[in-house]
Amino acid sequence: MKNEYDVIVVGGGPAGSMAARFAAEQGASVLMMEKDRDIGYPVRCGEAVSKAGIEEFIEPNEVFISTIIDKFGMISPDGTEVVIPLEQIGYILERRVFDYELAKQAASYGAEIVTRAYVNGLIIENGKVCGVKYEYKGEQLELRAKVVIAADGVESRIGRWAGIKTHIDFRDMESCTQVTAANIDVDPNTLLFYFGKDVAPEGYFWIFPKRNKSANIGLGVSGAIGKKKSSQAYLNKFMDEHYPNAPVLTRIAGGVPSSITLEKISAPGIILVGDAARQVNPLSGGGIVSGMIGGKIGGTIVGEAIKQNNLNHILTYDKAWASRLGKRHEIFNRIKNGIYNFSDEQFNSIAHAVSKVPMEKRSLGNLFKTALLNKPSLLLDIAKVFLIK
Amino acid sequence: MLLIEILPNKCDFCGCCVGVCPEDAIELKEAEIKIDETLCTNCSKCVWACPIEVLKFNKEKLGNRKII
Repeated sequence: MKNEYDVIVVGGGPAGSMAARFAAEQGASVLMMEKDRDIGYPVRCGEAVSKAGIEEFIEPNEVFISTIIDKFGMISPDGTEVVIPLEQIGYILERRVFDYELAKQAASYGAEIVTRAYVNGLIIENGKVCGVKYEYKGEQLELRAKVVIAADGVESRIGRWAGIKTHIDFRDMESCTQVTAANIDVDPNTLLFYFGKDVAPEGYFWIFPKRNKSANIGLGVSGAIGKKKSSQAYLNKFMDEHYPNAPVLTRIAGGVPSSITLEKISAPGIILVGDAARQVNPLSGGGIVSGMIGGKIGGTIVGEAIKQNNLNHILTYDKAWASRLGKRHEIFNRIKNGIYNFSDEQFNSIAHAVSKVPMEKRSLGNLFKTALLNKPSLLLDIAKVFLIK
Repeated sequence: MLLIEILPNKCDFCGCCVGVCPEDAIELKEAEIKIDETLCTNCSKCVWACPIEVLKFNKEKLGNRKII
């Protein structure tokens, strides 16, 4: 380790690795610090991504792809299952390999990486962030940097120390539990989503198939629901009813900040990327690709600022993010609020309507059209999504 | 007085509680979690956000005291 860096990235997930890579690519000296022992572990994720989404960053490779997804399945509260072919394929990843590959990519551009380095404070001078305080091998240390990139996930605190309001309203936190279970006999290429008050109120329940008849099975519920019944209680009930004897390979908990991006994601000497910036797609709850995009935009701008010796340039990051994805997330968030408030009867009637459409004519587009008939006010928001594209 | 309790040996260190804490009162390391009682206001948002029922609002700790 050097005595000082241009850029310190805190957190070694996809957003952190991409921020490190793109800052290093501009010539900055970069150190990425991970608090856990391993990059990519523990995994706290359903692991679904679109092919187009990851291709911007890494060549799809079977070492980190568990299964290929080409269908979307919806199971309504009365048990009606409709399967819809997807126009664009997706993947279920092996995150513990995927995150490693991304970190290696950052390293190949010159970023240094250290694990088990726990950042517990910031060095702030004259209102500007100038480095981090951290614990490493039992010692409390300090390290200076021109810019700190906070990629410290849903549990982010670094932004707060820099005076940015980052805590999430408990109603916007989707508290998730998931098991990866074996002997799950589902179609290996279909993402399954269960909707309804009994399985996942104000959220959805998922079964994402993985290699060799295993699957990620889980759900997220908002804190407003968690107040009455925990995510874990819903998962246990589902497993008891559907897969009582399935061997459980992994059991995890995790949080998805399911709302719009923070109002402010940069301040003098610091920017926030990924879950720490709340850059998750609030409609799908997907945060891998959007976090990587945030990391790329942030890392590039920080790298440019170092190269031009103009640190004020990092403050342009908020706008750059808003125009690439942030604005679209605001619309997704409104659509989410519309859909998550559907009654069980509305989910049932959507599923019944789609099941009458012949398979070859089904698309996500006409699923949405059917949803619109149940809630016409969504139309305006959906129209905006297509306009912004 | 700190009324939020972390039940021992149940935590998965996922960070939901840290994300929703308005007071920055919860510290999470690799496999270590603690609440700073000088900052915690017992608002219970962490209890509601915990996916696996690790956090608890301990009413008994209040004893016979009345909250005014």
